[in-house]
Amino acid sequence: MDYIGENLLPGKLGNFFIILSLVASLMATVAYFLSTKKTIANEENKWIKLAKIAFLTEVFSVLAVFGILFYIISNHLFEYKYAWQHSSLSLEAKYLLACFWEGQEGSFLLWSVWHCVLGLIIIKKAKSWEAPVMTVVSFAQFCLATMIAGIYIFGHKVGSNPFVLLRNEMEAPIFLKPDYLSFIKDGNDLNPLLQNYWMVIHPPVLFLGFASVIIPFAYAIAGLYTKRYKEWIKPALPWALFSAAVLGGGLMMGAMWAYESLTFGGYWAWDPVENASLVPWLILVSGIHTMLIYQSTGRSLRSTFLFTLLSFLLILYSTFLTRSGILGDSSVHAFTDLGMNFQLLLFLLLFVIPATVLLIYHFRKIPHIAREEEASSREFWMFIGSLVLLISAVSIIIMTSIPVVNKIAGFFAGQNKTLFKPLAIGENSEHSYNQIQIFVAISIGVLTGFTQYLKYKKTGIKYFLKKAGWPILVSLLIGGLVLFFGDMNYDKQGAGFLILICIAIVCSGYAILANLSYVWIGLKGNLKSSGASVAHAGFGLMLLGILISSSKKEILSINTTGISAPMGEGSTEKPGENLTLLKGAKTSMDNYWVTYETDSAHPRKPLWYYKIEFEEKNGEEKFTLTPNTFVNYKGVEGLMSNPDAKHYWNHDVFTYITSLPDPAKNKDSSQYEVKQIKKGDTVLYTGGSFTLQRLVTKNEVQAAGLQAGDIASIATIKVFSKNNAAYTAEPILISRNNQAYLLPDTVNEERLIFQLRNVEGEKIEVGIKQSNAIVEYVTLKVYKFPFINLLWIGTFITVVGFLMSMVRRIKIGGMKMAEQNTILK
Amino acid sequence: MRKFHIVLLLCVAIAISVLISFMGTLTTYDTVQTARDKPGKFIHLVARLDHTKPVEYDAVNNPNYLSFTAIDSLGDAVMVVYRNAKPDNLEISDRLVLKGAIKEDYFDCREILMKCPSKYKDDIKAVEENLPNAGINKQEADNSPAIKKI
Repeated sequence: MDYIGENLLPGKLGNFFIILSLVASLMATVAYFLSTKKTIANEENKWIKLAKIAFLTEVFSVLAVFGILFYIISNHLFEYKYAWQHSSLSLEAKYLLACFWEGQEGSFLLWSVWHCVLGLIIIKKAKSWEAPVMTVVSFAQFCLATMIAGIYIFGHKVGSNPFVLLRNEMEAPIFLKPDYLSFIKDGNDLNPLLQNYWMVIHPPVLFLGFASVIIPFAYAIAGLYTKRYKEWIKPALPWALFSAAVLGGGLMMGAMWAYESLTFGGYWAWDPVENASLVPWLILVSGIHTMLIYQSTGRSLRSTFLFTLLSFLLILYSTFLTRSGILGDSSVHAFTDLGMNFQLLLFLLLFVIPATVLLIYHFRKIPHIAREEEASSREFWMFIGSLVLLISAVSIIIMTSIPVVNKIAGFFAGQNKTLFKPLAIGENSEHSYNQIQIFVAISIGVLTGFTQYLKYKKTGIKYFLKKAGWPILVSLLIGGLVLFFGDMNYDKQGAGFLILICIAIVCSGYAILANLSYVWIGLKGNLKSSGASVAHAGFGLMLLGILISSSKKEILSINTTGISAPMGEGSTEKPGENLTLLKGAKTSMDNYWVTYETDSAHPRKPLWYYKIEFEEKNGEEKFTLTPNTFVNYKGVEGLMSNPDAKHYWNHDVFTYITSLPDPAKNKDSSQYEVKQIKKGDTVLYTGGSFTLQRLVTKNEVQAAGLQAGDIASIATIKVFSKNNAAYTAEPILISRNNQAYLLPDTVNEERLIFQLRNVEGEKIEVGIKQSNAIVEYVTLKVYKFPFINLLWIGTFITVVGFLMSMVRRIKIGGMKMAEQNTILK
Repeated sequence: MRKFHIVLLLCVAIAISVLISFMGTLTTYDTVQTARDKPGKFIHLVARLDHTKPVEYDAVNNPNYLSFTAIDSLGDAVMVVYRNAKPDNLEISDRLVLKGAIKEDYFDCREILMKCPSKYKDDIKAVEENLPNAGINKQEADNSPAIKKI
């Protein structure tokens, strides 16, 4: 059958380039590998030339695939499943890139593109290291190419192809029509939670971080394989610093996205997806420190190999964790299973096994110094710091891997539940991480503070005290003041944990102060070589921000004043964290008056904006927050909320919608209660009282829908609620040709409906009911995050510090190279 | 003994104690039946929402009280009380991981993890429902001579 309106050319081209990249990357791997083996210069040259051509072809193909897929998405070619599944016509152009990496295929492609860019730099700069390093990179490229190949090998599907057609992937009667495309009006759209600018820039940065970790790894492999055990460190160090900067920065951008657009009320939740990127970063930073130790003292070479290899292997392991669907029950935002588990596992093993074998085989031959280091030496404490990071990483990865343990144990135990029961992290999963990492924070705070004041090899005690004494004293003083005035009161985990938090705050303060002052005390203000101090001070600031913003986080929406008392079993529990605001009703919340003013809709999407007025009770400050939410999006019942926050220099007020009235479910079932009253009578109802103020009967009423000859009676009823607010309601009774028509009036704030049922002289019969069906309201949560800016600023400073170090190491490398060249001449 | 070895030993000791303390906090995935056998103990209950029973949530009267009935894979049902706002897409999720403990006659839930078919939209079944049906039914199309499947 010929289908009408399909544009199949891009897909065909895309598939061609996918196959080409598969072949070219394999060829580059083989050619680079052979060129490392050949000893005769001429022959090596031939292989390396071929390898370069193959890799350039690979670069071209990957970029072509990237471009074609983007073309398909941006032109809304919905005959392709990827475009249909991840984008829509109403999507803003700025989010088209976010669609690109919403799916697994696009994100693999992004990773691959970065490998290409990094590969080109290696080819240009790495000289004698090019062949072995590029062997590893090309092989990784080959593995990534298989992930998007979508071909069948011996009946097994390999990879998931981004260019598959919608009609081939889905079974629906519509595809039996040749003009099916004309019925597909719009795509499935990008997940609303990902429609955020951070989602446009966070994935590219994070994946650049992911991709760049392979370079130090490849250098380490090259060092082992070519038996140049020492020389690889110098060129690998700037790369490792670059990776640490970018991976760390990307990670924290993800945290900012979570803070700004997710509603778990924070930036970090120890979710497996977050942990999976944090752990390689921790190990990478350990590796950087042992590299530095090696460069200054010749020690720690073996552990440098271990850390550098491990960091990339952990990247692969986390890829496996987040993409295989194995985290199903334990993570909210892992990718779903695409049936590629075996392939992902293979990807992991293809790197783990050779790396392990190489390391074990060469381990004894890696030079090391048998004499032990002085306890007063810088390298000793730097190494301890690396070990602390290692312990931190190992504990996190073990806790994150529980689903994997379940899977493996389940594999052996079968369905026999008495033999093994799947395990899960306990009641307070965040605390089970925090209670370990708080010790890490304390140790790192102290170590980063004083270690810089030590000299390599050996430090005199007098020298140390003279230089390092002041920062310790000053930070103890400042820390004490902060704790005294900061009113630390985090009591959820007992006094012990609170004390640990206080210690950690002092230690991270010390890290900041000691590192900043080291720039002057130790380095005499030489900023060029102070990258390490800057990064450490930034990290200290991050720790401080994390500690304060988490332990002093307050839930402001913590009572239900103004609304009738909690009912049933709920009342015995701690007050809830959600507050309901009736439209227009000023409600007390902490030291604010909050009012739900208005709402408005997005012109093209089922997206609603709610304007919430915040007014400080002392009248000093007034602001409006506009949290929004997707209501019943794409037929999906329920809300998808985006928070809004007011940023101050020292805290954020953060709110999001947790519930809205559902008109379909809020059927009005209450009955009118009928009361006979006269003018001036006061009647009680559950929420207060009301009085009949006035009764007017007119023959001529100017109002819509009324005819000549109608007689209208209007009752003016004054309502006094329990919280001292007064409202007026005017129900109307119309009699037309001896028939009565009721025009009820409502008091929204009190959820009251009044009807005027009958008038007999001075006496009236009034119907009153209290109903939930009529009210407009929002239920929301409001948090206060103090000093969260410290975390963001600290992150920025840390990244800058890493980059400063990188620039310096590149320069040192270049200078040494130049020296060698002049000596050779 | 070298300092390094002492440090290493210390690290191993710390790691082991951390692991042991962590193992102690671990809990299990349970069914309604096994959860009832250990009332008060914090567990993970894997279940789904019983759509035939009412979901009770009244944000105006109490935004922090939700109750519904959950059924596990064995068909046992339990009433669940969750003292928080109703999660966004409770009704459409096909699987719930309820974290909490059995209290007397109900399940006191602290946290709900929802597995929604459409959350990451890679589940084809869910998206298929959103496909326009174009008003033809499969039977008809199969019989119509003009349309042949390749």
